[in-house]
Amino acid sequence: MEPIIKVKNLTAKYEGHMVLDSLDFEIHRGEVFVILGGSGCGKSTLLKHLIGLYAPFSGSIHIDGDDIVTASQHERKKILRKIGVMYQSGALFGSMTLLQNVQMPLKLFTDLPPDAIETIARCKLKLVSLDAFAHHFPAEISGGMQKRAAIARAMALDPQVLFLDEPSAGLDPITSSELDELILQLAESLKITFVIVTHELPSIYTIASRVIMLDKRVKKIVAVGSPHELRDTSEDPWVRKFFKRGKDE
Amino acid sequence: MAINIPQTTVNFTVKGTEIRMVLQGHLDCIHLGSVWRQTFKFLDKNSAENVVIDASDVVYCDGSGATLFAKVREKVKGNMQVVGLKKEFLPLVDMFELETLAPLPQKSKVSIIEEIGRATHSILKDLREIITFTGELLVAIFWAMKNRRQVPWGDTWINAESAGVNALPIICLIGFLLGLIMAFQSAVPMKQFGAEIFVADLIGLSMLKELGPLLTAIVLAGRSGSAFAAELGTMKVNEEINALVTMGLDPVRYLAVTRVIASVMMTPILSCFCCLFALMGGAIVILSLGYPLVIYMDRIAQAVTITAFLAGVVKSVAFAILVAGVGCLRGLQTGTGAKAVGQSTTSAVVSAIVLVAVADAIFSVVLFALGI
Repeated sequence: MEPIIKVKNLTAKYEGHMVLDSLDFEIHRGEVFVILGGSGCGKSTLLKHLIGLYAPFSGSIHIDGDDIVTASQHERKKILRKIGVMYQSGALFGSMTLLQNVQMPLKLFTDLPPDAIETIARCKLKLVSLDAFAHHFPAEISGGMQKRAAIARAMALDPQVLFLDEPSAGLDPITSSELDELILQLAESLKITFVIVTHELPSIYTIASRVIMLDKRVKKIVAVGSPHELRDTSEDPWVRKFFKRGKDE
Repeated sequence: MAINIPQTTVNFTVKGTEIRMVLQGHLDCIHLGSVWRQTFKFLDKNSAENVVIDASDVVYCDGSGATLFAKVREKVKGNMQVVGLKKEFLPLVDMFELETLAPLPQKSKVSIIEEIGRATHSILKDLREIITFTGELLVAIFWAMKNRRQVPWGDTWINAESAGVNALPIICLIGFLLGLIMAFQSAVPMKQFGAEIFVADLIGLSMLKELGPLLTAIVLAGRSGSAFAAELGTMKVNEEINALVTMGLDPVRYLAVTRVIASVMMTPILSCFCCLFALMGGAIVILSLGYPLVIYMDRIAQAVTITAFLAGVVKSVAFAILVAGVGCLRGLQTGTGAKAVGQSTTSAVVSAIVLVAVADAIFSVVLFALGI
C-alpha cells in the first residue's frame, strides 16, 4: 500500500528533554493506524507533531508527499486542508451550534454558496447520526455526541487523513463501541486514513489495522504490527503484558 | 514534473424532457463552488423530468461531490442517473439521501409582547438572585466575623494583593492626571474672575467626597470585579464549585467572602491614594500659576472637613461591597462553556458600574439631607 504519511528520523524535545528519539514509520492510505503506549510516553506529543502544532527538533514529516516541517505558510495551509483533527475534549466552539461548527471550515476555505455549505454540513452531521441535533449547542449534548460532532467538523473539508486524540476517553462502553463502528464505517465508505491515539484495548482490537507502540524508557517505537500479532507474538514481554492488560503470562 | 489538474466544469444539453449534465475535473469542496451555482441556476430555469449526469471526465470525487449528486436527485425528485463515474467513487453516489435528513427547526416568530414579558421576567429573576445573594453574603460576612479562624485568610491576602496592591499604580496615575486636568480646565476660566486659588477647594472637595471613591470603584469594577467573575465562572465551568459544595463547603463563604473582605480592606486605601495623587496634580497647576504650595494646602484644609473625608471613605467601602459582591455573583451564575464566562465578566463590569452610580446618587441625597 502507498504511504500517505512518512515520518523520518523524528526527534522531539520538550524544554531540553528528549521526548521522542529518531522515530521512523509510515502510515498507509486507508488504514486505521493506532499510536499506543503508556502514560507520558509521548503519544500526544507525536500526534501534535504530525498535525503541525509542534515543530520537531529534527527529522521530517511528509503528508501526501509534502513536508509539513519545512513547508512555507502557504504550503502549510494546503497540507492542513488534507487533514482533519478531533481533539480529546472535542474542542467544539461553544458559542456555535453543531451545524455552524461544521459549516465554519467550509465558509473559510471554499467558495461554495450558502445552500451548498448548509447541505454539505448537514450531510456530515448525518454521517455521525447527529443531523437531528444540528441546531443544538455543544453544551446541550452528551460527551459522546460532542466527540461525534467533532468528527463531523473534522470531516467538513473531506480530508484524506483524520487524526483522533483519545476518541473513547470518558465514554461508556456502548458509546465507545458505537464510535468504533463509526470509525470503521467512515474508513470503509470514504476511504479516510485514521491516525488514532488511544489506550482503549477493546477499541484497538476492533478498529486498528496497525499499531505502533512507544516506550517512554527508550523514547522509541518498540513494536509495530497488528494488535493481535503484538499480543501473541511480540518478543518484548512488556508489549505482551500491555496487550494483556498488565497480567503476567 | 507539473501535473495538469483539469478545471472543474459543467455543461448542459436539453433533449426533450431530459437534461444531460457533463461534469469534468475535481468534485471536491474546494473546486465545487461554481459548478454548484451553475447547476442549480440551470435547473431552476429549465424544468426536466429526468437528469443524466455524465461523470466520465470526473477525476476525483469526495463527500462534497456526492452531496451535489444528492441535491440534484432531491431537486428532480429522484429521477437522476449518474453514468461513467469511476468505480472507486460509485459507493459515494448513494451515500447521502437528503430526504432522510432530519428537518431543520423553523425559526419561530416572537411577538413584542412576548419579548417584553421575557425581558421583565429576566430582570425580576436577576433582581431576586441579587437579593438572595446579598442575604447569603451578609450572613456569610457575619459568620466570618464570628468565626475569624475559619476564614481562609491566605486567600484573602492574595485577593487583597491582586485587587489592591497591584491596582495602586493605575489608580495613582489616573488620580494624578484627573487632578491635573480638572485643575487646569477650571483654572483658566476662574482666572478671569481672579478666583484661580479656589481651584484647590474644587479639587479637594470633589475628589475626596465624590470623584475619588467613584473613580476607584470604576477601576475596581473593570480590574477586579471582572477578574472575580472570570475566576469563579471558570471554576463553575470546570465543576470546581460543585466539588466545593459536595465537600460541604459553601461557595459564598469560601469564595465570595474572602474577595469581598479583601476589596473592603483595600478600596478605601486605594481611594485615599487616588485623592492624594489628584491633589498633587492640582498642586502642579497651582504652582505653575505662581501661588506657593502653602496657600494651596491651606485652602484644601479649609474646604475639606473631616466629615466630608469620612463620607468619601464610607462611600468607597459601600462601593467595594457592591463591586466585589456583584463580581462574585455573576461568576457563580455562570452557565456552561467559554462564552458563558465572557458573558459573566461583561455582566459583572456593567452591573457593578450601574450599581455604583445608583448608590452614589443615593449617597448624594442622604449626605445632602444630613448636611454633609
